[in-house]
Amino acid sequence: MRAFTYERASTIEAAAASAASHPSTRFIAGGTNLLDLMKLEIEVPTHLIDVNGLGLDTIEKTPEGGLRIGALVRNTDLAADKTVRRDYGLLSRALLAGASGQLRNKATTAGNLLQRTRCPYFYDTNQPCNKRQPGSGCSAIEGFSRQLGIVGVSDSCIATHPSDMAIALRALDAVVETVKPDGRRHAVPIAEFHRLPGNTPHIETVLEQGEFITGVVLPAPLGGRHIYRKVRDRASYAFALISVGAVIQPDGTGRVAAGGVAHRPWRVEAADVALPQGARPATAALLADARPTEHNRFKIDLVERTLGAVIAEAKG
Amino acid sequence: MLNPTQLEISRRNLLITSAAAAAATSALPLSAAAQTSQTETELTSTVAFAVNGERRELNIDNRTTLLDALREHLHLTGTKKGCDHGQCGACTVMVGGRRVNACLTLAIMHEGDEITTIEGLGQPGNLHPMQAAFVKHDGFQCGYCTPGQICSSVAVLEEIKANIPSHVTTDLTAPASASAEEIRERMSGNICRCGAYSNIVDAITDVAGTRA
Repeated sequence: MRAFTYERASTIEAAAASAASHPSTRFIAGGTNLLDLMKLEIEVPTHLIDVNGLGLDTIEKTPEGGLRIGALVRNTDLAADKTVRRDYGLLSRALLAGASGQLRNKATTAGNLLQRTRCPYFYDTNQPCNKRQPGSGCSAIEGFSRQLGIVGVSDSCIATHPSDMAIALRALDAVVETVKPDGRRHAVPIAEFHRLPGNTPHIETVLEQGEFITGVVLPAPLGGRHIYRKVRDRASYAFALISVGAVIQPDGTGRVAAGGVAHRPWRVEAADVALPQGARPATAALLADARPTEHNRFKIDLVERTLGAVIAEAKG
Repeated sequence: MLNPTQLEISRRNLLITSAAAAAATSALPLSAAAQTSQTETELTSTVAFAVNGERRELNIDNRTTLLDALREHLHLTGTKKGCDHGQCGACTVMVGGRRVNACLTLAIMHEGDEITTIEGLGQPGNLHPMQAAFVKHDGFQCGYCTPGQICSSVAVLEEIKANIPSHVTTDLTAPASASAEEIRERMSGNICRCGAYSNIVDAITDVAGTRA
C-alpha cells in the first residue's frame, strides 16, 4: 500500500471541498473495497478523507411517501430496517444476497454504489486493463470472460458492476443525492448514475472529483411481489454470474433489472413492457443488444430461465 | 528433544524477525514520499481505542490495518491473518459488538471504539461458551480459522437475537431463527480449509439451543 495522509471530515461541505483540492483523494467509509484495492496498489490515493463521523446514517420517510437512506447506513442496517423489509423487500433481498455478514456490517449505501468491478484482469496488475490503466488494452475480451458482461459492453471493456444492491435500486427508480465541491446540492436518477464503459471505462459514474453522495431516495412503495434471484458458483458469499431483481404486480405487470451482465445495473423499458408476456419476450427485450463472448454466451439463457423462475414465484 | 515452549518461542522470534524485515522494506516508499512534500508525521496518526476492555493508544503509520495493529503492535496474535483481503474471515473481530474483517479496516479509523478479540471472549480455564462448544464438538482441525469462526459465531447469535434477516430467511417480516440453515448462511464469510464445517454448525447450534 502507498503512503497517504489522513483527515476526519467534520462537515459534508468541508469533505467535498477538501477532496476537490487534493489531486488524488478518496473518501473512505466502510473501506471494504477501497482498502482491498489500495493493498494491491490498484487504488493509490495520496489522501484519505474519513467520512464516518458525518452522521448520514438514518433512514427517514420523505414527504412524498418514500424513504431517504443516508449514505453511511450500513448494508446490514438497511437490509434489517422494518420499513425496507415490508415495503421494499427487493432491496433487503438484494443486500442480503451480497458479500458476508462481516462485510455488510461495514459496507455503506454510498460505498456499495461506488465499488469497483471484480473483473479478474482489473485485479491482476500484470495484465493490461483499460479500466485500471487507460489505453493499455483489455485482457478480458479474448481472455477468461465467463463472469463478465454481455450487454452495453465496448471494445475497451466488458467488466460488470458487482453490486446486488444497485440492481434493486435500479428497479425501484432510486435517486442518488449529492453535494458538489462548491456546496451545491444535486440529484441523479440511478438510471444515469453509472456510465457505460465506451472508450473511457475508468470513468464509472457521473460524479465530479470531490462530489459527495449524501444519500439515496426511494419513491413511494410499489406494492407487488419483490423478488431477487442471484445465480452464482456457490450458494453464498460469491459475486453473481447473473441476477434478476423484479417487482411483479398481481396482474403480471411489473419491472425487472438484471445484474452480472453489464457495466451498470441493467434495465430496459421494453423489457418491463414485455414482462406480462413471459420470460422469453422480456429477456429478448432486456438483452436485445447483447454482445456476449464465447465464454459467457450462456448468460442469455441463464437470465431467461432465472426470470422464468422469478415470474413463477410471483404467481405462486 | 525441544520442549513445546521452546519451540513456540523460537518460532515466534522467527516470525517477529521476518515482520521487522518486511517493515523495513515497506518503510522505503514512506521516506521517499517524505522527501517530496509530506513530512513523516503526516503519514502517521495517533488513535486510542479499547481492546478487550483495556484502553490502548497507538501512534502508527496510517496504512496499518486494525488486524496488523492488534497482532504486530499490541501483540494480540489470537486474531489470525489469512488472505488479508476479506475473503476468508480468519481476522474476524467485534467492533462495538459487531463482527468485521479486521484486515479491511484501518486502525486509525477506530478512535474511541470498543474492540473484542478472541482473547477477550475467554481464556484457558475460563472459556466462553462458544469456545467450549467448539472444543466439545471438535469444530476445527488445524485451528487457524478458529478464532475468527468463534468471534463470528458469537456475533451471529447476537444478530439473530436482534432480528437481522439473512439470505435464507423465508419471511422477511417474521422473527429470525437459529436453524442450521440460517447458521450456515450467516457463517459463509468464514472459510475453513480443513472442512470442519459440520462440527462448527453443531457447536453453534448447541450454544444457540442452550442459551434460553
